[in-house]
Parts: sequence; structure tokens; C-alpha cells
Amino acid sequence: MKCFIGIDLGSTTTKAVVLDENFKQLGAGITNSRSNYDIAAEVAKQEALVNTRMNLVRQSLGEVAGLEGKLDDFLTALERNFRLEQFLEQLDDLEATCKGNATGDRFKGYEKAMDEALTETFVRLREEAPALFEPGAQRKSDFFRDIAGSRFMAVGEAVAKEAKLAFDLLLNVYDRSIIEVENRITGENLGGLVLGALDRAIDTLGQVNGTGDVIRASVKDTLALDMEETYVVGTGYGRARLPFSKDHIRSEILCHGLGAHVMYPDTRTVLDIGGQDTKAIQVDDAGIVESFQMNDRCAAGCGRYLGYIADEMNVGLHELGPMAMKATRTVRINSTCTVFAGAELRDRLALGEKREDILSGLHRAIILRAMSLLSRSGGIRDQFTFTGGVANNESAVDALKTLVRENYGDKVLNIDPGSIYTGALGAATFARRAVEE
Amino acid sequence: MNAKTKAPQEVLKEDSMWKQKEMINANYRGLARAHEDGRKVASTFVPGNLNELLMCFDFARNLPETNALQNGMRKKSGRMIMEAERAGHSEDVCTYVKADLGMMAQGNIGPTGDPLPTPDVLLLSYTGCFTFMKWFELVREQYDCETAMLHVPYQGDGTITSTMRDYVVKQLKEDIIPTLERVSGVKFDIDRLREYLKESAKAEDDLVWVLQSAKNTPSPIDAYFGGVYYIGPIFTAFRGTKEATDYYATLRKEIEERVRLGKGPITPDGELTEEKYRIVVEGPPNWTSFREFWKMFYEEGAVVVASTYTKVGGVYDQGFRHDPDNPLESLADYCLGCYTNLNLPSRADMLAKYVEDYQADGLLINSIKSCNSFSAGQLLLLRDVEERTGKPGAFIETDLVDPRYFSAANVKNRLESYFQMVNQKKQGTGVAA
Repeated sequence: MKCFIGIDLGSTTTKAVVLDENFKQLGAGITNSRSNYDIAAEVAKQEALVNTRMNLVRQSLGEVAGLEGKLDDFLTALERNFRLEQFLEQLDDLEATCKGNATGDRFKGYEKAMDEALTETFVRLREEAPALFEPGAQRKSDFFRDIAGSRFMAVGEAVAKEAKLAFDLLLNVYDRSIIEVENRITGENLGGLVLGALDRAIDTLGQVNGTGDVIRASVKDTLALDMEETYVVGTGYGRARLPFSKDHIRSEILCHGLGAHVMYPDTRTVLDIGGQDTKAIQVDDAGIVESFQMNDRCAAGCGRYLGYIADEMNVGLHELGPMAMKATRTVRINSTCTVFAGAELRDRLALGEKREDILSGLHRAIILRAMSLLSRSGGIRDQFTFTGGVANNESAVDALKTLVRENYGDKVLNIDPGSIYTGALGAATFARRAVEE
Repeated sequence: MNAKTKAPQEVLKEDSMWKQKEMINANYRGLARAHEDGRKVASTFVPGNLNELLMCFDFARNLPETNALQNGMRKKSGRMIMEAERAGHSEDVCTYVKADLGMMAQGNIGPTGDPLPTPDVLLLSYTGCFTFMKWFELVREQYDCETAMLHVPYQGDGTITSTMRDYVVKQLKEDIIPTLERVSGVKFDIDRLREYLKESAKAEDDLVWVLQSAKNTPSPIDAYFGGVYYIGPIFTAFRGTKEATDYYATLRKEIEERVRLGKGPITPDGELTEEKYRIVVEGPPNWTSFREFWKMFYEEGAVVVASTYTKVGGVYDQGFRHDPDNPLESLADYCLGCYTNLNLPSRADMLAKYVEDYQADGLLINSIKSCNSFSAGQLLLLRDVEERTGKPGAFIETDLVDPRYFSAANVKNRLESYFQMVNQKKQGTGVAA
């Protein structure tokens, strides 16, 4: 089948969206941008194609008798188990890479101890892996680097202690190896991973006579489907690095404008808060950009600011919004300088302010910056669509709602659950249109 | 797709370019020798400069903003600015000022390597930029030299009244001319002034013709990046000289030939053969990354067809000419009419008219981080022009000569987005390719 793919290379994450010939979204995928945009683009694309196949499985199983009411559970189980298989495959790669890197002068005299410690660490990591992908399990992030990294720290430290080995040695090897592993494209074995996950997912259905074979056949058919990458369009910060010709590249302003229009056709104003820039875009009724403003010379108040705060507080980025929502008051924060963020936070804590209240203030501060850009671009018109990673943060959304109401009155505010894919969706739409012409 | 530029076999420079370069260099050499040659030196600013009047007293002319921008283009301004900051000047001060003060602190060696002389008089003939006044105050403190100040009323209502003109002429007669006579020891001769003004008017005619040649499609010139070279002589020490008249006659001939052949503008990478976007620009260019900045335009096939920056040393395309029959009055009108002295509605009128007259696809504002007085109101200008012309605008921020404030990746990102937006708009609704 023909696939039209949009890839949005952001400073923090890289997103991809797959459309069919009828502009229908088939799938979407995301990965961390790493320091290597080529890899990030490829991985995001593969993730989107995996997601596409999963959605096709959903479609083909929709009609299967005996699966009524159980399809969602089954697909969730399939996805979870697939992620587990994928994680285990990458763990194998990481272990082999770590062992290969545990050589040289630095490790002289410790070769055996290192080998044993690494083996033990990875045995334990593999043992605990299924729990990380259990239904309802909380993960700090969905990216291999983040999950493997945080677990390696904990498990590796314990193993090193028991083996009376300096944890530094393990850490050193890990640091070198994770970059190599992350910059390798995996996925040739996609079919194997899905099939590996399939039986376990079918088991979750319990006894459903004969259904297992129908499911297996459907999944195999979907895996065998040829997905032709008919046209790919790249956008985002790293777009110049994409191995595409210039015809295949669009600015993220255009892509976000069009993506927001596709999601909500009545959109007139778009706010996108990404990792290192904030965009305020005005579009017409066809999704064509009329004007835009972006932060200049300084990334204060962008998504990275929240990332920095999360690091300072040693919590996951996902956790910030919910924490801030527990605030009983909003502390006034004036500086949105990312570098000052840590000092600002510590200063307020020292003054006896509650963590939640400070966080609420920090969220409000970044939205205040965005409000200034929005007014520069021509204000907020109905309907107003908020996109980008920060749109998933409920505290930021709460602050935005309040400030919009105070400054512009009641406006329809659209936030799509998949808002992080807006740029990639716009790019994919451009890809589909490029072939139409 | 990359817009096409025809690669030159060797560095492509037309006669006018060599001539212009030699004129500017000769002026620096002349300044270095001025005191040795028995000439007095005047420092003055580009907007509202009274070059012909200074020539009547045989002053060598030194223009601090030009020194700063030349140092910026030669990548020397960064260190000068840091020198000035060490001396206590804040990060937010105009970077022309800091580059100048830093250059003085480093021994006052000019951009070409020739030493700059101590000025004998500081002639402040345009007061619309308050920073100019403070700048000369600092220079005066350093050199303890004479200052002459011409107060130029702001065109708050968008017109020059006879009272305003009389007020400026009165100052010229009663204050400026006597001061210049005293400092130079030369008696003022109004007929000498008339002769210079005759030359000015001729050069102004040719400059206007050259700038308006951009109304052709394709435009034979880039009226911003190329334009800053064209305005070099007439905005500085050469207005009123025979050399300037010759330069503009040569330039005009070259451009006439380009028009005849239907050629596009010359860029540092050769001739632009495919004009994709026609843009009007407001605000000065960034000097420290001038080439890189220009490249972001011509690589995309964008040509600047009109700019307000090429009017800061004189707005000639709206009809004003220096007038030998009314010498002092026309000097007054010149000072009162310079672009920075226009109020916001007049600037908006001018920009909207440029977008229409030059069949431009839109307006781009390059706002200057360290210029608080001139950057104020630019967003309003942008919106006003967008509304009046229906053409899309964009806003970027850089700086004059502080290399720290030119973020190439960000500027390029904005520009590419803008050009694609223009393209999308040109193709109309429906299919946003």
C-alpha cells in the first residue's frame, strides 16, 4: 500500500506520521532525537510504520467473531508485549556492546570482574523487564535510553557493591555503550518481535475457541503487507540534516499550521511549545499560514525549561504537570531563563514555598512568555489550537486557559491527545499533496 | 530547490564596485593624513549629515557609524564591543556606540588599518536619535573637542512646516556656520556650497534611478544587500563631490545594461538567475554576518526590491533633491526629511507604497536588538502594512555589529519559513504545497 510520511525532527523528540492515499492517518511514532538526526528520523519512521501495522491489525480483527469487547485489551497486550520484546532485544545489544567496551587500560586487572558484573546486571535487568511493561506500570519515559539508563543505575550500583567493584567502571562502560546502541537502527526483526509478542497477547484472551488461529493469520498478513514509502516530507529543527532533497523539506511553521488545520479545520490561531522554540501561528480557513512569530535569540520559556526543572527536582518530565496541579496557590515567578530555573526553584524552596505552588508558578511563567508571542503574531482568534509536547502538560494547559480568558475572553481551545504529532501530520499532508499535484 | 546563481569564473566585480571600494579606502587614508596635510577633521553621523557644508570649510569627514559597520563587516567589532563593556558600558547600549568607543580604547585604528585622527569638531546635525547625542558626549569627554549641535525637530505630524525649516536655517546661520568657521579658520562661501549641492543633486538623480530599477522583473539589483554598497558614497563623505557624481553615473550605466539584458542581481556567489521572491525590507542589515545573512536570501531566490535602510542617509525617491538655489533651506529639508525623522504613519505609508510599487511579495522587518528608539513600533508597522497590502510580513531580530546577537540557525529558520509562507500564499488557497 502507498504510504505518505511526515517526519518532524524536533530538538527533543522526533515524530513521524503515516497517511494513506485518502489523507487518513494510519499510524504515528516517536523517538528521542539523540545527537543523530538521521537515526532519529529512521527510528521515528519505523515506529510510525509499526503503529500503522498495529492499527491495521485492529481493523482486520474488528470483524472477528468471539473478540467482541476484548479487542482493545488484546491490542494493548500485543503492544505491551511487543515493547517488551523490543526492550529485551535492545538489552541484548546493550549487554554485548558493554562487554565489548570493557577493555583497555582502564579495566586492566578487572576484566573478569567486569564481565561477571555486567552479566549479573543484565540478568537482573531482563528479570525485572516484564514488570516494567505490565498493565498499568508507570515508566518515567517510553524511550529505551531513559528506561534502560535509570534501571542500569539502580541495578548496576547494587551489583557493583556486592562485587566490591567501583560503580564508576560500570557507569563508564554504560555511557559509552548506550550512545552506540541508540545510534544503531534496529527493526529488521520487526516481524519476529511481533510474533514473539503475539502468543503472550493471545494468552491474555483466555479460552476463545479457534480465535487464536484467526488472529495469528491476520497479524501475519498485516506483517507481510508491503508498505511503500511513496513520498516523505521532513520538517522541524533538524530538517536540514535529513537525507532528503529540498523539495521534501517544509518549514515547521507551515507544517504546524497545516497539521493543526487538519486536526481542527476551524483553527485560526496555533500555539506550539516545543523543546527549544515556541511558535505562534495564524492560519486561514485552508490552513495556510498568514503570519507567525517565534522566540528569537533566546529559548526561555520553552519545553526545555520544564525538562530542566524536572532534572533539578529529580522527577520525570511527565510528573511535573500533575504535581503542579496539586498547588493551592501560584507563586509568582518572573524569570523564564532556563539557566536560572534551578536557582529560582531553590530560592523559593529556601523561602519556605511549597514545591507544588512553585511548580504552578513556573508553568504560568512559560505560558506568559507564550502570551507575549501570541500577541506579537496578531492575538488569539477562534478557534485556538495548542500543540507540541507542552500541550500534554495539564498545568500548562490550565495556565493557558486562565490567561486566554483574562486577555481574549472565551475562545474554543483545542488540544488533541496526539498534539505532539501536529508538525509531522502537517508534513505528511504535504507529502500526500505533493504526489497529487 | 535551490535558486540558481550562475557561478562566476572569478570574483565578479563591476567597475562601480572597484570604484566604490577605492573611494572608501581613499577617505580612510585621507583621514589618517589629515592633520599632517593641515586639514581639520569633523566627525558627524550619516542621517542628516551636512557633508557639502563641511566641505566648504575643507574638513576631512569621519563618520563613526560607518567605521563601526566597516569594523563589523571585517569581524573586528566583537572585540571592540567587549572592550567598551569592560570600560563600563552596558550590554544594552547601541552596539555602534560600543564598537566606536572600543575602537578608540584600542588605539583608534580604523577598519582599513589606517589610524583615525582626533576630531577637531563633532557636528551633531541630527537629533532624532537621542543616542547620537550621548555618543558625542562620550567622544567629547575623550578628546575635549568642539561640538556643534543642530536641533532637528521631529516630523511628529508627518510634514515639514516653514517654521521648522526656518528654525533649522536659523541655527545653521547663527550657530553651526560660525562654529565651523572658527574651528576651520575658513570663511563660509555660499557659492561654494551651491556648487557642491549641484553635484549632490546629479548623484541623487542617478541613485534614485538605480534604486527604482528594482521595479523591473527580474530586478537587476538587490536593493538591500547590494543597495548598501550603492549608498556608500552618497551617505558618507562623498555627497557633493565630483567623484560621487562619476560613481553614480557609472553605476547607472551598469544597471541600465543589466536591465537591457534582463539580468538579475549580482550576489557574492554570482548572478542570481531565478527570482522567486520579491521582498521589501525594513531595518538595517546585520553587519557581522552580512554575507551569511545575504546568502540566506539569494539561496532561496529572494531579492530585496526596496528597503528603508537605503534611505537613512537621505530620502530621495519621494522627490527631494539638494537645491543649489536654496542652499541652506534645502540642507534643512534634508535633515528634517531623513528616514529616521519620519513618524510611524509616514514610515508605514512608505513601506506599503514600496510593497505595491515594486510588486513585492511581502515585508520583512529586521529589528535591531540594541536600537531601542528605532525598533519601537516596528510590529505595528508590520501589521499595518500587512493589512493595507494583503501581503504577508515577517519579523526577525538581529543586531548591527554585535556578533553575539546573530543566531544564524534561528534567522535561517525564520527566513525559510517566511519564504515558504509567501510561496504558499502566492499559490493561493486549496493546495498548500
